[in-house]
Amino acid sequence: MIKATNLLFGYSEEREKALNGVNFTAEKGEFIAVLGSNGCGKSTLAKHFNAILLPEEGTVEVEGMLTTQDDRLFDIRQKVGMVFQNPDNQIVATIVEEDVAFALENMGVEPSEIRRRIDEAMEKTGVYKFKDKAPHHLSGGQKQRVAIAGIIAMRPDYIVLDEPTAMLDPEGRRKVLKTIKSLNKEYGITVILITHYMDEAAQADRIVVMSKGKVVKEGTPKEIFSQVELVKSLSLDVPQTSEIAYELGKLGHNLSTEAISIDECAQQLYNFLKG
Amino acid sequence: MSVIKIENLSYTYNEGLPGATKALDNINLEIEEGTFVGVIGHTGCGKSTLISHLNGLTKPQQGAIYLNGKNIWTEYPSIRDVRFNVGLVFQYPEYQLFEESIYKDIAFGPKNMGLDDEEVDRRVKMAAKFVGIPEYALEGSPFDLSGGQKRRVAIAGIIAMQPKVLVLDEPCAGLDPEGREQILSQVKNYHKETGSTVILVSHSMEDIANYADKVLVMEQGKVYNYADTEEIFQDAENLSKMGLGIPDITKVFLKLKEMGLDIDTDVYTIPYAIKTLLKYKEKNGGGHNA
Amino acid sequence: MLKDITIGQHFPGNSPVHRLDPRIKILATIAYVVFLFLATNAVGLVLSIAMVLALYVVAQIPLKMLKKSLKPMIPIIIFTVILNLFFITGDGDPLFRVWKISVYTEGIMFCIVMIVRILCLISGTSLLTYTTSPIQLTDGLERLMKPLNVVKFPVHEMAMMMTIALRFIPTLIEETDKIISAQKSRGAMLDSGSFTDRVKALVPILIPLFISAFRRADELATAMECRCYHGGANRTRLKQLKITSNDIICTAVCVVAFGVIFATRFFFTPLI
Repeated sequence: MIKATNLLFGYSEEREKALNGVNFTAEKGEFIAVLGSNGCGKSTLAKHFNAILLPEEGTVEVEGMLTTQDDRLFDIRQKVGMVFQNPDNQIVATIVEEDVAFALENMGVEPSEIRRRIDEAMEKTGVYKFKDKAPHHLSGGQKQRVAIAGIIAMRPDYIVLDEPTAMLDPEGRRKVLKTIKSLNKEYGITVILITHYMDEAAQADRIVVMSKGKVVKEGTPKEIFSQVELVKSLSLDVPQTSEIAYELGKLGHNLSTEAISIDECAQQLYNFLKG
Repeated sequence: MSVIKIENLSYTYNEGLPGATKALDNINLEIEEGTFVGVIGHTGCGKSTLISHLNGLTKPQQGAIYLNGKNIWTEYPSIRDVRFNVGLVFQYPEYQLFEESIYKDIAFGPKNMGLDDEEVDRRVKMAAKFVGIPEYALEGSPFDLSGGQKRRVAIAGIIAMQPKVLVLDEPCAGLDPEGREQILSQVKNYHKETGSTVILVSHSMEDIANYADKVLVMEQGKVYNYADTEEIFQDAENLSKMGLGIPDITKVFLKLKEMGLDIDTDVYTIPYAIKTLLKYKEKNGGGHNA
Repeated sequence: MLKDITIGQHFPGNSPVHRLDPRIKILATIAYVVFLFLATNAVGLVLSIAMVLALYVVAQIPLKMLKKSLKPMIPIIIFTVILNLFFITGDGDPLFRVWKISVYTEGIMFCIVMIVRILCLISGTSLLTYTTSPIQLTDGLERLMKPLNVVKFPVHEMAMMMTIALRFIPTLIEETDKIISAQKSRGAMLDSGSFTDRVKALVPILIPLFISAFRRADELATAMECRCYHGGANRTRLKQLKITSNDIICTAVCVVAFGVIFATRFFFTPLI
């Protein structure tokens, strides 16, 4: 479990606190999406989960270890992997497999074990076929999956992804998201996905909405997106599927804004048209 | 009259080498003055190569480009005159800011045009207004701004040149929904008020559906289709098959059709969807029809 | 375009030369250069050429690649030829005269030796970069320089810096390309005007480039920390360098070849 309690953090004295009393928990095996407009503190929060940033006040606990415990630093970083927005700026080596091995080399893992683990990580993220390539010859989506493989190789329990698809084209986005989902569903890795894309958030088990350094709303995608007005007031979007039900509602037709998948929405509209 | 005319344009990277790839394959296109054109296609479909031809950053290997009826490479005094008339906003344009003040950065283009100080001043203020930067903020450093604000300053730097054609390559990449909306509506507003032609390259079908009058769909270096937005979405099924992310609402309508309803699937915006739904319900008398 | 520049281009393959331990390759290349300068007789030079050509054949590097790497040397060769041909004076009578300058046999001999040396030097070192990936090269260097750790020389850090530099060269070149295009679109004139104008025109390119490089460095540092990076202490490596039979055979072949080249000194008269 990752648990943040009353978290307070500011980058400088003058500015407002980036995190202003955040309480957050991630249970093992969950797929959590964190939503919020730019500057709401979600990236700052993410960097607290593996002790890149340390709280000014309050605590962050990873499996019972406090992130302020110096002697547990590398245990925490191994347990909580992190992937960032720009794939270019997180790949260190000039060959894919060498990059995937980077964390394990740092951890002092035996070479034969490194080989076994990176092969497994590259299989899981579907980049095995590029293992001998140079990163700059890959597309953005492929690079991002290499970055994910580099994290998975550490065998973390949690993976925190900070807008991993923001710089990708639709094809790259689709594949990265598919990879993230399979890590969660098939391999049981807890996923904390920070995103601006509502369709990605809609696939999570739970959504946490942040605004101005606080968690303002939590719930299942259905619970969150059905509150169209609230979501819009936080300068976020709702999926078009909720929006159409909401707009029809304004015209006096009673439809559920909870039908957020394409199939559910189509079924609902089908009933509406036939009814 | 068409403001831009592209004739038989082809371009191959690494021509003659083993890794040669054909980026553009005999493109013919005419863009009417004052249209808001959306450009969509996969990564590597040639759209970036195409737009870098429009303002003469890339010289055609074959074919020609005309701006206001004149060949940009042979009938203009210099290619810079073309660049002032076809303003190109690159992806992540905030990474090109370099001046110490926002004002100076926006003024870079107009100054290069050789305009006098008064005219430069007028244009900087005009451009800043379009992107919603208040006049008092202009003396501040662009590097103190947030990502979305920086991007708007960079766009203002192009708008200040008052180009006849404004080309934007993925202007919303990496922004949150509010930032996207803001930039697109400012561009739309600029388009309406100045009557200039806008070419918007985007991966987001939603954005294109919401803003463009006409859509250019590119596929493997060729023009797959160039038509009014509604007409493009009549082909939604094929666009979806091509792997272009069609809007969710269009997917819902495709699904409805699959479920056996005889409903139009050229739906691409929420208001249009509602209109279509209500029209269908009215026509079929709600439920009595199979 | 800037993107087309390649630095130390690698030509992947699986020949014995490719598989050779990078440490041996680096040492052998250095040795080759040394023996090249010791071989001043015709037979020694011919053998040096033969050796490098044979290695290209074994490594299955197309001779087209060799031509490509030698091409930039042409101006230097021409310069050397002119310099040596006209300015070296011999003991005997000049062979012929061009205008007021005399050309001697010694000059011609010296030119030939220099040309062969330059060509072999470039071919030899290119072979090293063609057959060794940058990362193997850094790896080999790191391990060769390991003894320097004793004198507190930061060997691991140097190697890490080289790796990161190699990794980011293509990225930054691409970025430069983009910034240049963006500023050109705003009417920047980069290739005309006086010298000061041109220097000034670089400002809009260099400032964004530096800002971006620093931003990348910052993000990369965080990403490395996330992956438990803490310097060279207790670090293991995915690829271990082990001396194989291939390495032993290749080393033996090289030693013999170098011995023969060196031995020619005692049997043939030097050209210079």
